[in-house]
Amino acid sequence: MADIALREQMISVPERATAIAKGGARDLRFRILTLAAALIVLGIFAGVIISLVIGAMPAINAFGLPFIWTDKWNAVTEKFGALPAIFGTLVTSFLAMFIAVPVGIGIAIFLTEICPRFLRRPIGIAVELLAAVPSIIYGIWGLFVFAPWFQEHVQIWVVDTFADVPILQDIFAGPPYGIGIFTAALILSIMVLPYISAVTRDVFETVPSMLKEAAYGLGCTTWEVMWRVVLPFARAGVVGGAMLALGRALGETMAVTFVIGNAHHLPNSLFAPGTTISATIANEFTEALGDLYAPSLIYMGLLLFAITFIVLASAQLMLRALERRAGT
Amino acid sequence: MARNGKNQGLIARRKLANRFFLFLSVGAAGFGLIWLALILYSLFYNGFSAINPKVFTEITPPPGEDGGLINAIVGSVLMSVVAVLGGTPLGLLAGTYLAEYGRYGRLAFFVRFVNDILLSAPSIVTGLFVYEILVAPLHGFSGWAGAVSLMVIVIPVVVRTTENMLLLVPNGLREAAAALGAPRSNIIRAVTWRAARAGIVTGVLLAVARISGETAPLLFTALNSSFMNTDMTQPMASLPAVIFQFAMSPYEDWHHLAWAGALLITATVLILSIFARLLEPRKH
Repeated sequence: MADIALREQMISVPERATAIAKGGARDLRFRILTLAAALIVLGIFAGVIISLVIGAMPAINAFGLPFIWTDKWNAVTEKFGALPAIFGTLVTSFLAMFIAVPVGIGIAIFLTEICPRFLRRPIGIAVELLAAVPSIIYGIWGLFVFAPWFQEHVQIWVVDTFADVPILQDIFAGPPYGIGIFTAALILSIMVLPYISAVTRDVFETVPSMLKEAAYGLGCTTWEVMWRVVLPFARAGVVGGAMLALGRALGETMAVTFVIGNAHHLPNSLFAPGTTISATIANEFTEALGDLYAPSLIYMGLLLFAITFIVLASAQLMLRALERRAGT
Repeated sequence: MARNGKNQGLIARRKLANRFFLFLSVGAAGFGLIWLALILYSLFYNGFSAINPKVFTEITPPPGEDGGLINAIVGSVLMSVVAVLGGTPLGLLAGTYLAEYGRYGRLAFFVRFVNDILLSAPSIVTGLFVYEILVAPLHGFSGWAGAVSLMVIVIPVVVRTTENMLLLVPNGLREAAAALGAPRSNIIRAVTWRAARAGIVTGVLLAVARISGETAPLLFTALNSSFMNTDMTQPMASLPAVIFQFAMSPYEDWHHLAWAGALLITATVLILSIFARLLEPRKH
């Protein structure tokens, strides 16, 4: 901009003083403006917590902490407990991470070490673009395409095969509905997969090539370099990325709601329908009549926010520590 | 020579382990990419077979009748535009505070932390929040409430990219402007913002991509509507909410429209993300 203070070369001393003072006042105003915007971000965060606590108050007063481990969900008698939903949220998310983390790391190793050079960029970009696909797409695909296929070709076979094996017969007990806890976890794992592999690949690329070259120079194989040099160096980043993905999976609504079955009891097998906190809220909130129904759903939302906060905050702190180390 | 033989065995074992694990990682890549390819395939197959001119000219039909998605498209566009117009300046200013004023301060650290939490916080909780502050007190679902809940999602995205992009601007530029006697606010607006412009636009595009598929926060803020509506004080249809309603219904033609809507959303998101990538300044 041309109006930067000393536009004319010959201006008198008092003029110059007022120009500087004006600049100072404008500086202060701008600084306060940006500060206010930063404080609004904090305000939104505080607002979320406060509004959820106020909204949940009737349910908190009525049920207290036992809400967390009660498995009743009855809108007629107004007895509510969040256990099935909390259980479903945790089981689907951890199962999804159990599948997605090893596969995601595998994809990252493939992209950084094995893939032919000319394919690296296209595949890398494809993975990043897929991370941007909205979760409702995964949900609708899960409902219309995956669940029917899974029911017909996998579930029936698995139920039959494990029918006489102790333990497994309970984990994979029929009837094969197609939808259920396991399907939801699979869809979730496909959804967070691009995310995990993109983060992991980025972290792998921060490993100094000198370290890798030194290991190769000692005669290490590619796998030994990955396992003994790259992974230990990148551990904090990989764990942080996986926890960010876990945070997403825990709060994910649309990818799960379509395929979980929305059943309010503790599932007796992985193939049984269940529910998660977010699916329950999405399905029932607009129809929640009565004094305790909606507050109970908001109470669940508050619990979900608390769980994801803990996960995301630990991920944050881990990645921060890594950044600081990389910076020095 | 026995020792040499032992060595040979060890080398063979290490080579075998290497092959095995590299094979596993190729397998993992294949496994992951196949699912993603299958999803895109069904999406394009079902989406394109469901898309016809009516989708863009007629409103959502009752079951069993012909119709389109125009009211949902209009609702989505209106709410997204309001959310971006409101969220961008706020996010830009807050990001500027973090990169230019706060930097290493305690407040900046705290804001950064909270912002990154908001960035990945469950979007359904955002919906509950806006329901509590806008829908319940005003006794009604509205397009405005939907737009505000999307705005809450836009802000952290813009804050994060703005800060990152401003930090890429070399300090030499700021110092040169300061040496000319420019006040700090002028330096920021005329030098650093300008230098980081492409990156900031990237952030806004990514934010639009992010909200165009958001469903959960709209379900109990904007609700839904089966009529053409441009009045933001009334409940409003949006593509994701219509997809949710139609896909969960038992009607075949609603399912087709849900696929058409899903294709529209994905195409929008992919195009925006590709543009954002093209604009993004190279690191280093």
